[in-house]
Order: sequence, then structure tokens, then C-alpha cells
Amino acid sequence: MKLVIGIVRPEQANEVLEALYRAEVRGFSVSRVQGHGGELDRVETYRGTTVKMGLSEKVRFEVAVSDSFVQTTVEALCEGARTGEVGDGKIFVVPLEQAVRIRTGEPDEAAVTPVAK
Amino acid sequence: MMFAAIDTGDTAWMLAATALVLMMTPALGLFYAGLVRSKNTLNTFMMCVAAIAIAGVTWALIGYSLAFDGEGALLGGLGHFALDGVGFEPRGEGTIPHLLFMAFQGTFCIITVALISGAVVERMRFGAFMVFAALWSVVVYAVLAHWAFGGGWLAAQGTLDFAGGVPVEMGSGFSALAAALVVGARKDYGRQALLPHNAVYVLLGAGLLWFGWFGFNGGSGLGVGDASVLAFVNTLLTPACALITWFVLDLIRGRKVTAIGAATAIIVGCVLITPAGGFISPGWAMVLGFLGALPCYGMIMWRPRTRVDETLDVLAAHGLAGFTGILFLGLVAQVGWNGVADGLFYGDAGQFWSQALAAIVTPAYAFVMTFVLLKLVGAVMPLRATEHDEAVGMDVVQHGEEAYVTGEGAILVMPDGDDRPVEVPVANPG
Repeated sequence: MKLVIGIVRPEQANEVLEALYRAEVRGFSVSRVQGHGGELDRVETYRGTTVKMGLSEKVRFEVAVSDSFVQTTVEALCEGARTGEVGDGKIFVVPLEQAVRIRTGEPDEAAVTPVAK
Repeated sequence: MMFAAIDTGDTAWMLAATALVLMMTPALGLFYAGLVRSKNTLNTFMMCVAAIAIAGVTWALIGYSLAFDGEGALLGGLGHFALDGVGFEPRGEGTIPHLLFMAFQGTFCIITVALISGAVVERMRFGAFMVFAALWSVVVYAVLAHWAFGGGWLAAQGTLDFAGGVPVEMGSGFSALAAALVVGARKDYGRQALLPHNAVYVLLGAGLLWFGWFGFNGGSGLGVGDASVLAFVNTLLTPACALITWFVLDLIRGRKVTAIGAATAIIVGCVLITPAGGFISPGWAMVLGFLGALPCYGMIMWRPRTRVDETLDVLAAHGLAGFTGILFLGLVAQVGWNGVADGLFYGDAGQFWSQALAAIVTPAYAFVMTFVLLKLVGAVMPLRATEHDEAVGMDVVQHGEEAYVTGEGAILVMPDGDDRPVEVPVANPG
């Protein structure tokens, strides 16, 4: 089991969602984050105050998947999030020790497998 | 010294009415800003602010003269170029200073220009919009205002238009359609849900617009006479009735009354009564609200299913509602109420045909001229932002500001030009 973390542009979030659905990755959580990568700072001016915005808005996807699904998930995140310009984001894959589906108490692999209807 | 013809009561009310109408433009900015995505809030609002700047100046320089100098059939003269000869003496039979009349009419030109921005928000470049606004305020608005208000051929052949069904409502609505077609749809239109980001702005904007509309319609009698009182009261009644129709249609369609629907209904109701305000009885004004909302509701439901990204439905809320109002007035105008003309139901079919003529010619002129104007502007400068800029959002790209800036991670750039990254987070830039 792995936790796949994708940090992407907010304007690409919808593309990523579409790509994940297409790849049949059904379970994930999404949060709005702020971060800094290699991208150029935006300069903004408010009356006499000029600032460089060091933090950019990003959207963070967290997807817990079984090992066989890692590659599919990473590819879907890349496909949806890539624009080719600096600031497209990062993907991190980290090992996952344990998972539990709260409703049933199912552990691990079963917990990260979508419920078949 | 005050000119003898000037009436102090009329002048006092028109001063207030002019301020009320000017307030409608920032109110429209608020209404529009709430309807777009948060990354385009400021750009959308700024298009309305720009309309005040641009149309305010073009109106004083040349627009007013073309609209209100002389009785030419198609166009006024240049006698009032740069407000030449516009002073304290009343214009013609008027009872208010000419200068005040000019300012009152100027606020109409301003809001009409601002209205069109609703068709092109979230992708049109700010600079291109300002160039377009300057040209449109003269080539389309001043001409239509002359036809309807300034002694042009529409008024001369009997078209009644109390407060701007021709130049303001149909003028903006059908121009908006042309603008949406020339500028093209937003890149995500029809692929993603592009939702209003703040319904409270929308309601507050609509409420302030309604408030300002009492000056718009109530001031269009150019004084405090019966017509002004009638238009003022009808401005209360028609939108209230339009709201009820909207509630019922919303209930039928989705089993819930929606807030943004209600805000839309207020605008539609105000527009419906705009051409008819001082000409129809309060009873008919209520009927107009109940019935006139129907086609507008239908169009607002249908338009998003088309490929035309007329983003904030200016055509439905203004063009179609203005069209409906101007025709309805041809049916139910009563001499007993307005002292001017009867409509078809009260024995004068000719009045209806005069109204129908305006309802055909105005949309055609507004649509064609706007289409050509934008093609011309587009030939010398790009009309839209790049896909990348559109994705990032127009606030940051076009204005270098954000509506909901947090200040976290903002690094102060030193005013002496030395922008060494001093690590000073700016909590709340003033």
C-alpha cells in the first residue's frame, strides 16, 4: 500500500479529477494548500505596498492505493496536472503502514479498494 | 442667477436621481463579481469601474452632443462637443439645468457600457475592453439614445421609451450577444462547471441596483411630475411580481427557491418596467412583472445549454426583458395614466407598431455595430487573454491583485528598488 500525494495547480484540479476518474481511482481527498516551488514570484501592488507573493495556491490530492495501483495513479496525476510550465507541482509516493475502513473495520488492502456496488 | 424656467423641486430630485443611477454601476460590479469565479472577482468589478471612467469622458466629449444636439433623424450634431453650450439654462422645455440633464443621461451611458462586460468577463483583456467601451459608448449608445430620447427618428415616429428600453436594455443585451460571439467562449465553458463564487454579492448587488433603479426610472420623467411618480411606484411593483414568478418557476423546476434566481428576477423586473414605467398603470405593471419574467426565465435556463458563452446572460436579463417591456407598453399604455398615448388594448394599434419597429431595429443595429466594432478592435489588438492567463485568473494577470489575498508568504519589495528578499510577511496590505 502506498499513499500517493500530488500537489498540483488549482486550475488543473478539474483535469486531475477527470484523469483519476478515467483511471478508475475512486477514493481520495483534496485540500487547498499554499506552497513554494521553483516558480517565479508574482508581484502584486496594493496602494504603496509592493509585494512578491512567495507562496502559490496549490491543490493537494492524497490517494491511498494498493501497490498495483500506484503507477496508474501517478500517471493520472501527471496527465491531469501537466501544463509544461514551471509550477506544475510534485508527486510523492510514500509507504503506508496501515489503513482501516471505519464503517466496517476492514483493514489494509480491502480498506483502500473501492466498494463494488 | 437662476433661470425662470427652472423648478427647484425638479432640480433637487434630478440631482439625487443622477447620483442614484451612478451608484447602479458599482452595484452592477458587485452583482457581476459575485457571479464569476473568485480568481476573476476584481477584473469583473473593474470592468464596471472602467465604464465610469471611459464612458463618463466620451459622453462629455462627444457622446452627449451626438445624442442630444439637434433633431437630426439619425444623429445629433457636434454643437455640444466637449459640453459647449451646456450650462445652467434648461434644455428646450425642461425645468432643470441643461448641465444636470447631461449628467443624468451620462450615467445611463455609463451603466449600459458596464452591462455589456457581463458577456465577456473571465477572458477578455482589460485594455481591449476599455478601447471597445470608448468606441461603443459613442458609435452605439449615443446613436440609440438619439433615436429614442434625443429627437431622432424612433421618437419622431412615435416610439415610447420611458427610461431606456431602446438604448440601455436592448442596446446592451443584443450587443452582449455579439460581443460573446466575437470574443468567444471561456476555455472551460461547457466542459467544467463554472459557478458563481459569492451569492451574497449577487443579492447585495441586485438590491443596490433595484435601489438605484428608482432614480433611473423615477428620474426619467425629468422632474417630480405624475409620470415620475408612476414610474417610481411601478419600479417597486414589477420586480416584486417578477420575483414571485421566478419563485414559482424555480419551485416547479427544482423544488427549491434559489437566491441567485431571486437576484436575477429583481434585475429582470426592473428592466421590464424600464421602457414602460411612466406609461402604464400600476395594475398592468404588475401583470408585466408576472408575465414578462416567463420568457427571460426560459432563456436563462436554455442559454447555458448552447455553445454561446454569453456569460452573465445580459441578453436574457436585459435584451429580452427590454424587448418584452417595450412591446408590452404598446399593448397597455393608457392616456388616462400617462397623458400621452393609448396602446393596442385601449384602441391605438398604431402605438403597438411603433413599439414593434423599435424592437426590431434596435437589436439589429446594436448587434451588427458591436460585431463590427469588436472585429475592428480585434484586428489591432488581441481581445482575449491567453489560455494560461485565463487559467491563472484575470485578477493576478491583468491587475496584479487578488480579491481574497491572505498576505501569507508575501515578501515586501523595498521602495528604493532594492527588492532583496527581506523576510517580512505582510499581514494585511492596506
